[in-house]
Amino acid sequence: MTLQIFLQQLVNGASLGSMYALIAIGYTMVYGVLRLINFAHGDIMMVGAFLTYFALEASMPFELSVLVGIAGAIIIGILTDKIAYKPLRSAPKISLLITAIGISFFLENLFTVLFGSTPKPFHAPEYLTKIFQIHGIYLPISVIIIPIVTVAILAGVLWILFKTKQGIAIRALAFDIETVKLMGVNADKIIMIVFAMGSALAALGGVFYAISYPSIDPLMGIIVGLKAFAAAVLGGIGSVTGAVLGGFILGFTEIFVVAMFPDLGGYKDAFAFFFLILVLLFKPTGLMGQDLERGRF
Amino acid sequence: MSSFLKVDNVTMQFGGVTAIDSLSFEVQKGQIYGLIGPNGAGKTTIFNIITGNLHPTKGRILLNGEDITGTKPNKVVYKGIARTFQNIRLFKSMSVLDNILIGFDARAKYSYFEAILRLPRYFKYERELKEKAYELMEIFGISQFADYFATELSYGNQRKVEIARALATNPKLLLLDEPAAGMNPNETADLSEIIHKIKRDFDLTILLIEHDMKFVNAMCDSVTVLDYGEKIFEGKPADAIVNEKVVTAYLGDFTHA
Repeated sequence: MTLQIFLQQLVNGASLGSMYALIAIGYTMVYGVLRLINFAHGDIMMVGAFLTYFALEASMPFELSVLVGIAGAIIIGILTDKIAYKPLRSAPKISLLITAIGISFFLENLFTVLFGSTPKPFHAPEYLTKIFQIHGIYLPISVIIIPIVTVAILAGVLWILFKTKQGIAIRALAFDIETVKLMGVNADKIIMIVFAMGSALAALGGVFYAISYPSIDPLMGIIVGLKAFAAAVLGGIGSVTGAVLGGFILGFTEIFVVAMFPDLGGYKDAFAFFFLILVLLFKPTGLMGQDLERGRF
Repeated sequence: MSSFLKVDNVTMQFGGVTAIDSLSFEVQKGQIYGLIGPNGAGKTTIFNIITGNLHPTKGRILLNGEDITGTKPNKVVYKGIARTFQNIRLFKSMSVLDNILIGFDARAKYSYFEAILRLPRYFKYERELKEKAYELMEIFGISQFADYFATELSYGNQRKVEIARALATNPKLLLLDEPAAGMNPNETADLSEIIHKIKRDFDLTILLIEHDMKFVNAMCDSVTVLDYGEKIFEGKPADAIVNEKVVTAYLGDFTHA
């Protein structure tokens, strides 16, 4: 492998990893407070991408369209919690999990019925898709911007978690919801904030996905969502830094394995789950995860 | 004189089990009031009812004359009630400072957006709250542990963190569930002193559950003794330990032995 190809794959991997990372943060934060694997999370990403697409079709400027997508995803994320998960707060965790899968199917089928299953072309503005060529490396602007935005967002999320009163409450919720309430904290509001944050990041991940593979369809959230989930587990579910780390590791591995062993290209989706199985076998708490009774985020 | 906390004819049934049966007692402002009785007598249930975790089957809870029955836990805090737990319930792998800061949540007056935009109010309040948290830790002599995980502290110090966290919510009524449990005599004496001090300095009324009769005798102005959810004694702690019914409840009835 020449240096050029190596660098090319490196930027591609960083870009793909960023998408997984953004979506994985939502998985890990919701798990942190509710102990719920929110399987509808990948579909929230799809909702974000679709709403952005519709806003673009209505000839809104790109930046505004992304905001529309994010806002819509936040609303759907919060509604999911309020309508489907909140009534089950004291129910067994397995009921929550099944409900999450139900919401996932619901969103996928709703969007298929409403908008058809044919993939729709996603037209990102030219300044994002313009390709630079430096020493034989092809660099669409988006591939540079996506990882930078992701790292900045990680810094922002960590700052919120560790430096604001809402962040302290989010971390405390992971330990003991009843006691948090006795501190005067409205636990439902904090859980709402967590869903809002997760959904916003998922929508952004969905937009990045749509820019990189310029088409969207109602089932796009399934495989990306599952991979992001694998990334969250790989990093240590509950840990935000771990989720981002897991996302990048998964992105790099996927890109490099395909680059080095083109024959295995057809199996690229399998690597994430191969990783997931290895992690569950040898280090169930993940890279950054600790004993469930100990640290979170 | 009207009472500060009035438990008025409260009954609590879980299915067919009556955990508390028509219980009434009154705590005057500035008192340290003891709630004692054998295991399973319903003491902690009363705490859960006062803080809104449980809704009583019958009866009312009055605070300063206001009916607060069934107020949600996160609203009861604003009425000025805080509690600690029998089995310490700190946020385990968060720092002692963060554990206490969350108690200030009710008072932190900046919104999410102000925090994200880093408006001046955010910095001002964060700084003030941190200072207040350190003042609280000073009182309990635990400020040197501010950055430790709560679980890294000794049992006695964890109890102090829990009481400090409760005080951070600015209560008028403090509920202490077995504060001296698991402490050695030195730690217990230390704790008594601190409780008296915070009661004075923060102008508190205290309702406490305790098994250590020596501690109760030294601390409480008045006690109610519960047995199987019923009040069997009310009065001075010194009189409680010589009361026939109380002794029977704790030790069994020897007349039939």
